Formats: sequence, C-alpha cells, structure tokens
Amino acid sequence: MSVLEQEVPGVVMTPDNIRTRKLPPAVNLGVAVAALVVAAALVLGLGIGNWVLVIVLGAAFYLGGLFFAAGRVEGVRAARNRTMKSLIYAACVLAVLPLASVVWTLVSKGASRLDGDFFGTSMNNISARDPMGGAYHAIIGTLEQVGIAALMAVPLGVLGAIYLVEYGKGRFAATVRFFVDVMTGIPSIVAGLFILSFWVLIVSPYFNDGRPQFSGFAAALALAVLMLPTIVRSTEEMLRLVPGPLREGSYALGVPQWKTILKVVLPTALPGIVTGVMLSIARAAGETAPVMLVAGGAAAINFDPFAGNQQSLALFVYQQAGDASKYAPARAWTAALTLVVLVLALTIAAKLLARRNKLSR
Amino acid sequence: MAKRIEASNVSSYYGDFKAIDSVSMTVEPKTITALIGPSGCGKSTFLRSINRMHEVLPNARIEGRLTIDDQNIYDPDVDVTAVRRMIGMVFQRPNPFPTMSIYENAVAGLKLNGVKKKSILDEAAEKSLRAANIWDEVKDRLDRPGAGLSGGQQQRLCIARTIAVEPQVVLMDEPCSALDPISTLAIEDLMFKLKDRFTIIIVTHNMQQAARVSDKTGFFSIDKTGDPGRLIEYDDTQKIFSNPSQKKTEDYITGRFG
Repeated sequence: MSVLEQEVPGVVMTPDNIRTRKLPPAVNLGVAVAALVVAAALVLGLGIGNWVLVIVLGAAFYLGGLFFAAGRVEGVRAARNRTMKSLIYAACVLAVLPLASVVWTLVSKGASRLDGDFFGTSMNNISARDPMGGAYHAIIGTLEQVGIAALMAVPLGVLGAIYLVEYGKGRFAATVRFFVDVMTGIPSIVAGLFILSFWVLIVSPYFNDGRPQFSGFAAALALAVLMLPTIVRSTEEMLRLVPGPLREGSYALGVPQWKTILKVVLPTALPGIVTGVMLSIARAAGETAPVMLVAGGAAAINFDPFAGNQQSLALFVYQQAGDASKYAPARAWTAALTLVVLVLALTIAAKLLARRNKLSR
Repeated sequence: MAKRIEASNVSSYYGDFKAIDSVSMTVEPKTITALIGPSGCGKSTFLRSINRMHEVLPNARIEGRLTIDDQNIYDPDVDVTAVRRMIGMVFQRPNPFPTMSIYENAVAGLKLNGVKKKSILDEAAEKSLRAANIWDEVKDRLDRPGAGLSGGQQQRLCIARTIAVEPQVVLMDEPCSALDPISTLAIEDLMFKLKDRFTIIIVTHNMQQAARVSDKTGFFSIDKTGDPGRLIEYDDTQKIFSNPSQKKTEDYITGRFG
C-alpha cells in the first residue's frame, strides 16, 4: 500500500478499479428542486422574507444536498469537486446579478424620456412645471471635457509608462512609480479642489480680465489628473508582459530602441493598453464632484470649453435627481442611461480599433 | 562579406558576478564555430557579448577587447545598433513578432530600419525565406501571423528575419534546442548553405551537432558554481572530438563530466 492510500483513503484508485459511479443528472435536478421547495416552505411559512431569500437559501440548501448526495454516490473527493464547481457557478451568477439589475433599472426607468427633445435641447428656461428639457448641453460638456482630458492624459500616461518600463532605472523611476501609486488613491474631490485653487483661482484670471472663471477645460484638467495614474499603471503592467526576447529579437536586427518600442513592444501590448485607457475614460466620464467644483454646471448649451460654466452628464444626473420638479427624476434616469451607453459605445469602438491591427488567426 | 572576429581577454559581468573570465579566440570569416560546454559555463554570455546584446540586461558589463575586422565594437564612439546590424542573432526560443505576419516578420529588420519600397521588400522577403528553407512552406500564406507556424518553422522564420538584413556574422544561441530532429536537420543544412556568405557562431548542447556542422569548436567550462566560465580549449573540431589536448575537454565530450 502506498503512503497516499494509507493516509488518504479513497484517493488512489487501484489499477483494477479506475471507474467510479456518476451522479445521474436527474438526481442533481431533484436535489435542486427539493432545496428550492424546502427553502420556499421555510421562508414563506415563517414569513421571514420574499423570493430573494428563497433563492439564496435554496442555493445554500442545494449545495449542501448536492454534497451529501454526490458523496453517497461518487465518493467524498468527487462530491467536493462537484460542490465547489457549483459554488463557483453560483458566485459567478451572483456577481453578474447586480450588473443585470443596474442595466434593467436604467433601461426601464430611462426609456420614458428617450425622445428627440432630450437629445436636442438643454435645460435653459425649463421651469419646474415643464415636462420637457434635455441633456444636450450635458452631453456636449461630457464629450468635450472627457475628450480633452483624454488628449492630455493618454499620451502623457502612455509615455510615462514607457519611461518607467523601458528606460527608468534607479531612484528617480522608483520615486515616480511611488507617486503614481499615491495618485491612484486621490479622491476625485481632492483633484477638483487642486484644479480649483490652481487653475480656476490663480491661472484663469489671466485669460479673463482678472476675474476667475469656471470652464470645461478646468474640469478636463481635473479629470486628466484622475486618469493619469490609472493609465500609467495599467500601461506599465501591459508593457511588462511583453516578453524580453521580443525586444532582443528586434535589437538583434539592428533596430534602435525607440523604434523597437514603437513598432514591436507597443503593438504587442496595444489591446491591454486600450482596455486600461477605456477604464480610465469610463471613470472620468462618471465623475461628478470635480466637474461641479471647477466647471460649475450650467443649464444652457456652452460649446466653448475654455470659457464659462459647462454641464456634464454625471453632474446633470446629480442635479436632476435632487431636483424638486416631478419631471426631474425621469430626466436623471435617461441621462444616466445615456452616460452608460456612451461609455459602452466608446469602449466597443476602441476595442474594435485595437483589434484592427491584429492579424486574423 | 563575412568578417573576422577577434576576442582578447573578454570578461563579462552581471553586476558583481563574473560570468566569463578573459576569453580569447579568433573566428575566421566564412567558418562555423561551435561553442560547447555544461550549462552555466558562460558560452551564451560570451555569444551575447559579441553583438553587444549582453548589455541589454541591467547591470551587465564587459571588459576586454572584441574586434570585428580590427574595429573594437566596445569603443565608446561605436553605435550599438550598427554593431547589431552587422552581427545578427538567432535565439534559443523562436521569437517571431506576434503582431506581424510571416511576410512582415521576414522583412522586419529592413522595414524597421527604414526600407519602404515594396519591390525591394518583396524581393528580400522571398530571398531570405528561400535561404532559410521555408519559402515553399509559407509562400501561400505570407499574410498569416508568424506566431501561427510550428516551432521549427518559427525558428527558420527567425533565421530568415536575421539574414534578410544581410549581416556579416550570424550568432546562434542553441537554435535547435526546442526543435525536433527533422527541423534540426533542416537548420543544420541551412547553416552549411549560409556558410558561403556569413561567419557563423553557434552555441549548442548537442555535441553531435557541434561535430557535424562546425569547423572549429570552443569548449567552455566552470570549476564550480559561482566561478566564472573559462574557455578551456579552442581548436579544429576534428581535433577537439578526436584528440583533445585538455583532459577536461576529453572528459566532457566522452560524457564523463557535465
């Protein structure tokens, strides 16, 4: 008898016994139904909850029952495997559930104001009694602010990451990396305050006859501050994943380092970099606090990001959700839906763009 | 035009660790030189020192003189990319560029160094792929990714990529260690063909391979782990494998050591 057999009975199958019995699918289903019935009887009989608790409790009973039933038929090891697998599936479903719930809530509550007015008009001259009004100004604001922020943060972030991975050595690089990490943890309101005190109060008066002014550009600056560390870190991770032999293969052809980075390293890491950039853009598009602090919000359309108050979608949602008008909540939901769809569309477009360069497999 | 390589008292370091200790050897143009020896004896390090690939690793440095036709490649005013353009390298694991097609891989060295004319690239691609004995296998799928080829084909693609830039010297770092015997044979045949045009130095663990392909053989060894590797014996392959002058060499090639 081997050590394994002595110490862990049932683990080792002898050469003349490599088959096991399998739990029939019908029994599996039966356990599931029984677990649900028991859970329903318990919960509804005692009156301690609704169908949500029935499902959660039913899932727990099912896992227990499955372990017991499978243990009888297949043995402990197989039963443990089966139960763990079910647990993982259950966790996966549970993780997706909130997302599905959010999407459903947004679509069902936001659909009522999906009309031309919403996408074609602003909130200018819309009083509490007016059912119309729209988020045109907010969409313009979000696109301009996030666009400008991305124009600043993406090149800076990607180049910074290239420095850290390809060139950075010693204490300076370590310091930069440390501060990027610190920046990742900056609350958005602090970024907003920084831009408020630096740009809006100190710099902007020079462009506006000595008076400080809010602007979409200030919001873009704050968003760029927030995006930068995310982009640097994710790009850095992706560049580090590019195998060293690939770089050496390029060097060995007499290709200079900068061209190796540009033509070999970056294309290889591109899909991952795009994912990181899109995550940071999604985060920036959803920021409310810094926009409120430095762009001020507005009811009217303002195409000029460099002068005057500007609205953004996230800020629009915040304001409408807190508005006393009975028509405001519908506008808030639709704006939230618009924001999600906007980010989703951008993400899909970016992924397609990044894949275009990849070869078909 | 192949070139003569002369190493005199070359020592390579990784930080404080001395990987090889004053290696001196002369490699004649249009010959194949094999470097053999146990793992960790510094033969790959020496090979990587010849095209200044050693210094890519952090804290790696080198002492001594390494000349290519009497030009010291470690002189401070030498352009490292020019050295590498002159001395190509094939690596142990095939490393085709994953974002490029077979065609783009073959002409990567030309394209990345600024050659733009389609006709020149087309010609170079066919010529180098033919020279690397892979043209017939890939000519109908040049736009497919290079990473989709088998290991042996990938390695020959990497050889095509290396010779497309027409270097004077080709370094090979155990090019066949990840390949099956048929692909290995294909690459050995290829080396005989390339010998007419290039100086070839190959690191190998396969002593039959060294005996088959090389004109001269260098045997590297270390006394114990942590010691720097040394060139024990460097002579005609014939002599090394039939009548080595050093006891260590004899022990190694007869399998009594390492």
